[in-house]
Amino acid sequence: MMVARIDVRSLSKSFTLHTQGGVRIPVFAGLDLRVHAGECVCLHGPSGAGKSTLLRSLYANYKPDSGEILVMHDGAAIDLASAEPWRVVEVRRRTVGYVSQFLRVIPRVPTRDIVAEPARIWGLPGEEADARAGDLLSRLNIPRRLWSLAPATFSGGEQQRVNIARSFVVDYPVLLLDEPTASLDAANRQIVIALIREAKARGTAVVGIFHDAEVREAVADRLFEVAQFQRAA
Amino acid sequence: MTTVSATRPERMTRASAAVRKPLLKVEGLNKSFGRTVACRNIDFTLYPGEVIGIVGESGSGKSTLLNCLSGRLAPDAGSIAYDLRRGSEDAPLVDILTLSEPERRMLMRTDWGFVHQNPRDGLRMAVSAGGNIGERPMAIGARHYGDIRREAEDWLARVEIDIDRIDDKPRVFSGGMQQRLQIARNLVTRPRLVFMDEPTGGLDVSVQARLLDLLRGLVRDLGIAAVVVTHDLAVVRLLADRLMVMWRGDVVEAGLTDQVLDDPHHPYTQLLVSSVLQA
Amino acid sequence: MTGDYNFAYLDEQTKRMIRRTLLKALAIPGYQVPFGGREMPLAYGWGTGGIQVTASVIGPRDVLKVIDQGADDTTNAVSIRRFFERVADVATTEKTTDATIIQTRHRVPEANLVEGQILVYQVPQPEPLRRLEPRETETRKMHAYGEYGLMQVKLYEDIAQFGHIATTYDYPVIVNGRYLTAPSPIPKFDNPKMQDNPAIQLFGAGREKRIYAIPPYTTVKSLDFDDHPFTVQRWDGACALCGATDSYLDEVVLDDRGKRMFVCSDTDYCGQRRAAGHVGEQPDMDDALEPEAR
Repeated sequence: MMVARIDVRSLSKSFTLHTQGGVRIPVFAGLDLRVHAGECVCLHGPSGAGKSTLLRSLYANYKPDSGEILVMHDGAAIDLASAEPWRVVEVRRRTVGYVSQFLRVIPRVPTRDIVAEPARIWGLPGEEADARAGDLLSRLNIPRRLWSLAPATFSGGEQQRVNIARSFVVDYPVLLLDEPTASLDAANRQIVIALIREAKARGTAVVGIFHDAEVREAVADRLFEVAQFQRAA
Repeated sequence: MTTVSATRPERMTRASAAVRKPLLKVEGLNKSFGRTVACRNIDFTLYPGEVIGIVGESGSGKSTLLNCLSGRLAPDAGSIAYDLRRGSEDAPLVDILTLSEPERRMLMRTDWGFVHQNPRDGLRMAVSAGGNIGERPMAIGARHYGDIRREAEDWLARVEIDIDRIDDKPRVFSGGMQQRLQIARNLVTRPRLVFMDEPTGGLDVSVQARLLDLLRGLVRDLGIAAVVVTHDLAVVRLLADRLMVMWRGDVVEAGLTDQVLDDPHHPYTQLLVSSVLQA
Repeated sequence: MTGDYNFAYLDEQTKRMIRRTLLKALAIPGYQVPFGGREMPLAYGWGTGGIQVTASVIGPRDVLKVIDQGADDTTNAVSIRRFFERVADVATTEKTTDATIIQTRHRVPEANLVEGQILVYQVPQPEPLRRLEPRETETRKMHAYGEYGLMQVKLYEDIAQFGHIATTYDYPVIVNGRYLTAPSPIPKFDNPKMQDNPAIQLFGAGREKRIYAIPPYTTVKSLDFDDHPFTVQRWDGACALCGATDSYLDEVVLDDRGKRMFVCSDTDYCGQRRAAGHVGEQPDMDDALEPEAR
């Protein structure tokens, strides 16, 4: 029997741009989405349909206008749309991982530490976290000589792979992926596909935006049209 | 299939919140200077190990709020309840405004810290680096020179100051070193709460990055809660779990740092976020 | 004879005010009590605080001794002694044991004091924290709340810089387990004498207008560290004149070729010992001097 890891109910989101005369931009309204363990849902639709907005809302990075985002955390459902900040931090620490399109570089911190950090925060001992970080960096073809450097000077593709490693270092029950393969070559794309498939096999619920058809077909179980909720907004 | 609605999320949240005890709980804090309202009805709760950023422009009331919270300024109204752990771990919070002055001063040099924007305000410039770090331990009774010295050396290393500089006066230090020394001087007693007023203000950008990274590591490793006042959004992005945006004495927006910065709702926050130049 | 002055120079109202201050000071050992210091016929720094205290406690039957750096025959001591001879018409002495009141600058006599004697210290700076914390409002709070960590920082700095506590005079003490107190610029050699002393110890600071006191038999503890305990100065040799090994010695330079000798700083103590037959290596100082230096 499948368990819904994410249960989005009647979610609405709009932006009001006060700096531009208070114009209101509706994105979606009345949106429902369920994602089960081991399932990968691909957010689909044209540019501007609200895919990234939905994904960011699932991470509580954006604040929805109304509705619920229930996430299974420690065996109970937490509504990320209304949870207290410290609880959101807890959910992010242990349950929901997020791969953004760009790596936010922290000055001075070496690559390996950046990747190991979520594992440490999750609660792994330092050495084990470092070992896992090393495994992932190797797998994603980041040469060992770069591990001790801060990734500020890395190429776009390298930064993206560091970013991916950082989110796969913990076996999050829920993974949110925003174009994880956008700037990767074919070989590295295959590695990311394998990582996502392994996560699914472990029972991870995955929600992603995959523009690349090859990746989409390789990992997605179904497409979710965000645009269908646009008219209601 | 199992429905998630079997457990009501609200109830869950409340049940766990009861277990989690706040470190600092501010309610209805008001402070005016004449007819100017510097802080209007400020409420917020800080949990152990949590870092909260307070951002806003000059005159928004953020520094006044920090001074009220840290006991350096008496608010006109409101309460500032702190977990003194009097008697036991689960003793109720105590309004620090009801403490006697010596109790408050003791709190400020043991369980609290204050990092000033200008290191000269937070350091004794005529006392060596080691003496600056040793002052707090000595103030609470340390009387073994060797132990005090070893602790000072340990802290110099933690804030990345060469141990050879232990007997140098801070006046011969660079601005970044002075600021790191100020941090060591504050953290040596393992405070549970540290107030920071523009901790990276007045430093070169390259020095800022190093200091921020150091602060971030220390705060995390030691599980210190902090209230950081700054006008620099990059500082709170890196340091703060949560953010409060102040504007003309009001907290106009509050929430998770990335939420407030990436999806600002209040007109002032939107202006603040959109005004940052992208490097 | 007293001439045109009131007995002991100060008017009776002022003396009463100072006596009240002294009583308060004795009631709170080591606590600095402000008082309305008067203009005295000599400049600040020459003992105006000590003179006002002496003038307030002296009576016609008292016997006064005045020392400066242990000596009775130095300018400051001679002037103050003459002052009280003139304005109070009291007997004076150079013998510590004969005196009922001893006004001192920078020394505690070597001879043990007894009950009934009063030791009056001249104090230039009564606030031991002043050089570390310039704000009076703040030092008052530090005293009020017993926050004396900063004084320990000063001693820490000494050890860090010199390897030992290099403060040798005006060495800070805690009086009666409570107040941090400046013993005035006496050598730290004299600090242990303050502890449990049978005499009354009064301190007057004229410029700063503060009076404080240590009642008889009061605990006076010199600050230190567990691993750098308080110690007093020791000399390898003895007093060249009287052979004493237990007194505070002054170095006397005899010529420009490095010749020197050590003699007791307390001239009365040295004289008493010599009168009792004690002899040092060079009992006659004049003999030690080269002919051209005589």
